Amino acid sequence: MDCKRNRDMKSPPPFPDEVLERILSFITSRKDRSAVSLVSKDWYNAERWTRTSIFIGNCYSVSPQIVIRRFPKIKSVTIKGKPRFSDFNLVPPNWGADIQAWLFAFASAYPFLEELRLKRMTVSDESLEFLSLKFSNFKALSLLSCDGFSTDGLAFIASNSKNLIELDIQENAIDDFSGNWLCCFPENFTSLEILNFANLNSDVNFDALERLVSRCRSLRVLKVNKNIQLGQLQRLLVKAPQLTEIGTGSFLQELNLQQYAELACAFNHFKNLHTLSGLWEVTSVYLPVLYPACTNLTFLNLSTAVLQSDELAKVLGHCPRLQRLWVLDTVGDAGLQSVGSSCPLLEELRVFPADPYSQDIFHGVTESGFLAVSRGCRRLHYVLYFCRQMTNAAVATIVQNCPDFTHFRLCIMNPHQPDYLTDKPMDEAFGAIVKTCTKLQRLAVSGLLTDMTFEYIAKYAKNLETLSVAFAGSSDWGMQCVLDGCPKLRKLEIRDCPFGNAALLSGMERYESMRSLWMSACNLTMNGCRLLAQEMPRLNVEVIKEDESEDCVAEKVYVYRSVAGPRSDAPSFVLTL
Amino acid sequence: MSVPLEHDYIGFSSEIPPMEKTSEKVKNSNVVTEDDEERRSMRATELRLGLPGSESPEKEEDKTGFVKTSFTVSSGAKRGFSDAIDDSGKWALTADADLQKNGVLFSPRCTNGEKSVVGPGMKEVPKSNQEKKPQISTANGHGVAPAAKAQVIGWPPIRSFRKNTMATNAVKKDDDLGSVCLYVKVSMDGAPYLRKVDINTYSSYLELSSALEKMFSCFTIGQFGSHGNLGRDGLSESRLIDLLHGSEYVLTYEDKDGDWMLVGDVPWEMFTDSCRRLRIMKSSDAIGLAPRAIQKCKNNN
Repeated sequence: MDCKRNRDMKSPPPFPDEVLERILSFITSRKDRSAVSLVSKDWYNAERWTRTSIFIGNCYSVSPQIVIRRFPKIKSVTIKGKPRFSDFNLVPPNWGADIQAWLFAFASAYPFLEELRLKRMTVSDESLEFLSLKFSNFKALSLLSCDGFSTDGLAFIASNSKNLIELDIQENAIDDFSGNWLCCFPENFTSLEILNFANLNSDVNFDALERLVSRCRSLRVLKVNKNIQLGQLQRLLVKAPQLTEIGTGSFLQELNLQQYAELACAFNHFKNLHTLSGLWEVTSVYLPVLYPACTNLTFLNLSTAVLQSDELAKVLGHCPRLQRLWVLDTVGDAGLQSVGSSCPLLEELRVFPADPYSQDIFHGVTESGFLAVSRGCRRLHYVLYFCRQMTNAAVATIVQNCPDFTHFRLCIMNPHQPDYLTDKPMDEAFGAIVKTCTKLQRLAVSGLLTDMTFEYIAKYAKNLETLSVAFAGSSDWGMQCVLDGCPKLRKLEIRDCPFGNAALLSGMERYESMRSLWMSACNLTMNGCRLLAQEMPRLNVEVIKEDESEDCVAEKVYVYRSVAGPRSDAPSFVLTL
Repeated sequence: MSVPLEHDYIGFSSEIPPMEKTSEKVKNSNVVTEDDEERRSMRATELRLGLPGSESPEKEEDKTGFVKTSFTVSSGAKRGFSDAIDDSGKWALTADADLQKNGVLFSPRCTNGEKSVVGPGMKEVPKSNQEKKPQISTANGHGVAPAAKAQVIGWPPIRSFRKNTMATNAVKKDDDLGSVCLYVKVSMDGAPYLRKVDINTYSSYLELSSALEKMFSCFTIGQFGSHGNLGRDGLSESRLIDLLHGSEYVLTYEDKDGDWMLVGDVPWEMFTDSCRRLRIMKSSDAIGLAPRAIQKCKNNN
């Protein structure tokens, strides 16, 4: 742009603000928007005025006030709270991440807020009531792995949110008093499109549910809990043939011939189904009713269905287009063989352990199941695999077959377990992964590992963003390597590793470009953490101090960058240094 | 002080406490039972780890011959572990039996020359004493993890909601192995107390009915003898009512959904799957439940 510049005046923008804003409103990717905001002050302003959706990866990295000041027109908010290891009970209760302060701020700044998606936040019933009353245009609520509320809170949402489109209550630790909340949807309420209460335990009033499903003609996602029986499911399905995602209830009820036929007929109508889940207590007798609905299935979640290998094989024979599959390891290596042979388009596989605490190696899956999948599913790029034995050679072959892995999460369930054939550490396995899979973004390591693994990661995993480490490494050197060698690392979570203060402090400069660092049951001391806090004032260095550990030991350490300063709501067991 | 037992990492005890050894040498007995008794009594006097007032459990050996012990430490902050983890993974227990918060166990440490070993030693509690207190105050407690093996908190990394789902499912599937007992209460109208039967020990309605017959014969007077016509119409399931209790009683069961059903309609496997309790009901109460039976009652009378 050739603009004549007068030394005393700023050059006028090449086109009016409104045009720039209009153009920028098409940009939705977060990364792009960040880039846009750095171009110039005008662009920064145009971007902030046009952003409608905000993602906050760590609720303590920024304050509500800062967010509101910068972005005046937000309609959709996504916030993540506690460190991920809180999912595995490593974070004490009442740690924080309460949504209420945010809601207060949003009530005045974004009264037309439409969407709220929370992960690992604490949400009280009062907050849910507040949400339902203060935001008249509220449309979508998604709560994943949250805690602090009960079904009473859901009743507020159902009663008051007249424009609700989405209610997605997943995997939360809540008090499940009763299913009456479902009855609270008013009779003239018809806007619901997404309803997921699959992980709630109490009975809902089936009549209310049936009426709700009948009158919400746009309902496309329905995931019920396991108290809904087959006969009831059939009645729901008949009322909602437009569904594209179904989460069934229990598959156990005994049906007579006529009921069976009706159920099969109901499923027969779902030619556009792309997601299927639930299937609690399913038996081979009833699996065939699903087959006609599987033709266009892209995501099949069998992680709550205890299936054997032959049952899985039969199901998969009807799912040629499957892209994502979650199963329990009861299907065994034989079941995974059938995955390899039936699902050439598979991109994501997650195998969960049915009996995680048994050390009996005769249950579950092994390296051969994984190998079989890799031979048949060349597009595989996301795996979460729980097993009890693995070999370096198998992993090397697997990544040769599938070099496009972006997410590789391997969990060999016995800590410190070596390659069971050679008795060597699993270093070469992870070495092979990072050498071959150049697009790797997320890695979780397990098994017996020395510092060599981390040398490999540092050397090759240049796109790595998230790393999870447990019971691994030999010395500080391992962690130092990674902090030094992985430029894109954003989240590092470590437990039970021999990394000490030297390792922690070696990454001082790095942590400001990362979202967070978690280290528990390592060799950190309070002094080491204090030193870090001193040197890096823009980091929050928090130590979780529970009753019995010794004073100088830093048992659980959580370090994260923040522009909001130290937490003002920290409980007594969280020490900010 | 009690002698700590050495276990290799799979829990196999490699050492007999010295007291028993001496007693065996001294005894020199050929009688196996006496030896066993001796061993048992030695075990009874053997020093054990445990809280005062807790009973010393018999050493349980599961099918694989491993001696199960369980370890608890207090909540996740403690990484209780022993200094004695050597390269082969053996460890020794320290004799500090303090039961605090539980459900949470030691975390094994990497072996190669780490320095400051922190945290107190491992604490052991007899299996019988282990409670299952959820660690988190909100509804999200630990799943129903079996107490037998040493466990590490938060490992394997599976979310609680998933643990709970699988626990209930896994128990159900174990039935296929035939190793699970399915005890259900059996009540009989008018009887002063109930009984319990393991319906998995029977493979047909006939077996069940004869067992129940034997069990409750003391409560009925002369009902069974005259109707013990086993040979009459074959032993099809629909004749169960006649067979079992003649004209006066009807056998019913409560299924998974809480409904009271007539015994005999469904295949035996389906019945054992869904039966939660049994009730031997007076026919006069069974109006609407089994009209055919009542008809027969009237005929027989």
